[in-house]
Amino acid sequence: MEKTMMKGNEAIGEAALRAGCRYYFGYPITPQNELLEHMANNLPKHDGVFLQSESELAGASMLYGVAATGKRVMTSSSSPGISLMQETISYLASAELPALIVNITRGGPGLGRITPAQSDYFQAVKGGGHGDYNLIVFAPASVQEMMDLTMLAFELGDKYRTPTMILGDGIIGQMMESVTLAEPVEIKQKKPWTVGRRKDRDYRNLVISAPFTNEEMVELNVRLQEKYREIEANEQRVECYRMDDAEFAIVAFGIVSRLSLAAVDSMRNKGYRVGLIRPITLWPFPEKAFASYPQVKGYLTVEMNEGQMVEDVRLAVNGAVPVHFYGRGGGFTPAPKQIEEKVAGIMEGGDLA
Amino acid sequence: MLREYNIAGFGGQGILYLGQVLAYAGLLSGKQTTWIPSYGPEMRGGTANCMVVISDDKVRSPLVYNPNVALIFNKPSLEKFGADIMPNGKALLLSDLIDGELDRDDIEIFKIPAKTIAEEMGSAMSANMVMLGALLTIDPVFDYSQIEAAVKKVTPSHRQHLIEINLNAVKKGIEYAEQMINGGYKEQEG
Repeated sequence: MEKTMMKGNEAIGEAALRAGCRYYFGYPITPQNELLEHMANNLPKHDGVFLQSESELAGASMLYGVAATGKRVMTSSSSPGISLMQETISYLASAELPALIVNITRGGPGLGRITPAQSDYFQAVKGGGHGDYNLIVFAPASVQEMMDLTMLAFELGDKYRTPTMILGDGIIGQMMESVTLAEPVEIKQKKPWTVGRRKDRDYRNLVISAPFTNEEMVELNVRLQEKYREIEANEQRVECYRMDDAEFAIVAFGIVSRLSLAAVDSMRNKGYRVGLIRPITLWPFPEKAFASYPQVKGYLTVEMNEGQMVEDVRLAVNGAVPVHFYGRGGGFTPAPKQIEEKVAGIMEGGDLA
Repeated sequence: MLREYNIAGFGGQGILYLGQVLAYAGLLSGKQTTWIPSYGPEMRGGTANCMVVISDDKVRSPLVYNPNVALIFNKPSLEKFGADIMPNGKALLLSDLIDGELDRDDIEIFKIPAKTIAEEMGSAMSANMVMLGALLTIDPVFDYSQIEAAVKKVTPSHRQHLIEINLNAVKKGIEYAEQMINGGYKEQEG
């Protein structure tokens, strides 16, 4: 396929078009506006619908409406806008409706600044709205992955009937990088569960977020949890870099994993046996990968927040070795040199058992 | 092959466009490339800089901390980024707008009066392309035909009339830098 240069935000939009998504609802907010613009420019050419909703709240409800018809649909925003959508995202999960939500995170809390951050990790992977549910959450680290993981998000959303999320940041969103365009997907099969009457069935189907009886509500929860266990078993995705002989490992996702790669290469040249574990899915968290490297004596989780994914790393490691944290919220970006100094300090400081 | 560029000046000087042309030239020559903008809220007059990485391998950090090559378009940018240039690296300074000196004896410094050259050809806005031309001579990673193709690719459809002007400015930059180097004139600090 054709190779070109694209911004990360545009790559998500282009991938959505190639995945057959013809409905976009959203409200502008930096640093993800290139995505909204790409959809505004291109959806009309594909007989699709681009609608700038009056609010993020309304946009999310439109998402629910289209998803109930079985069509591929998406929205995008940045941190405070995603917070506004949480009620409806919970409804989507409960009604088992696939839809893609893109969060190009700002440095919060509150309105925040447009500086890049990863401080919405908890919101993305722990549910975000009310009730017991999870989204499948992807963390692209390149413009190519912005494209490929968007394609995958639509595919897995349909497969498991669940909302999915791309969690990015302002750097990955606004940087341009060489990218190979994904093959367009043609969707032929009609989903059996769509709302309303259809010629191929003799009943009017309902798509509702809450069943009518207490018993059914419990059953729904059992079914959702079975689905989530299946996703955890099948869909963990991770990149392990120079891990086979590593005695120490960095754990990082998104843009921070790129900065950590530079740190790993530099430290390897100096003789440090360091590797990198990069979660590609944040939920399900790729916990299985950690069991593959029992020789690792310690971890450093690096994040652009005050320490969120580090909790999942600690759960995966389960006390076997120390798990350290390095990071800051509000727009801090760790330089490879700083990561290197931190790792060297731990490895030389006798903090390893 | 790995080149990490920092291109810095103020908004309106075509900093981001120049970076995109470089990045596209990298793409067209089969390299891995990244381009990151960083600019203030103003369209014109605010600070603007962008980071470009061109590499045979997958680009690790798209953020450039110590560039091999820096293209500096004004004095505030020289003060901000001058010390970060990698030892043995190269600095191209837009000398019309920079009256200060860069106090480094471990890098090569080239002073290009790109604004004057662009004004002489009747296109003051093309100083960025003169700088690009000079870069082609000073650090010949790309040949002219790759830059020509990249300029055509990056220029938006409503600005097509600028392609020829921009390419002429690139040629002027190449010529100036060739004379500078062949004529034995090379401003080197220290």
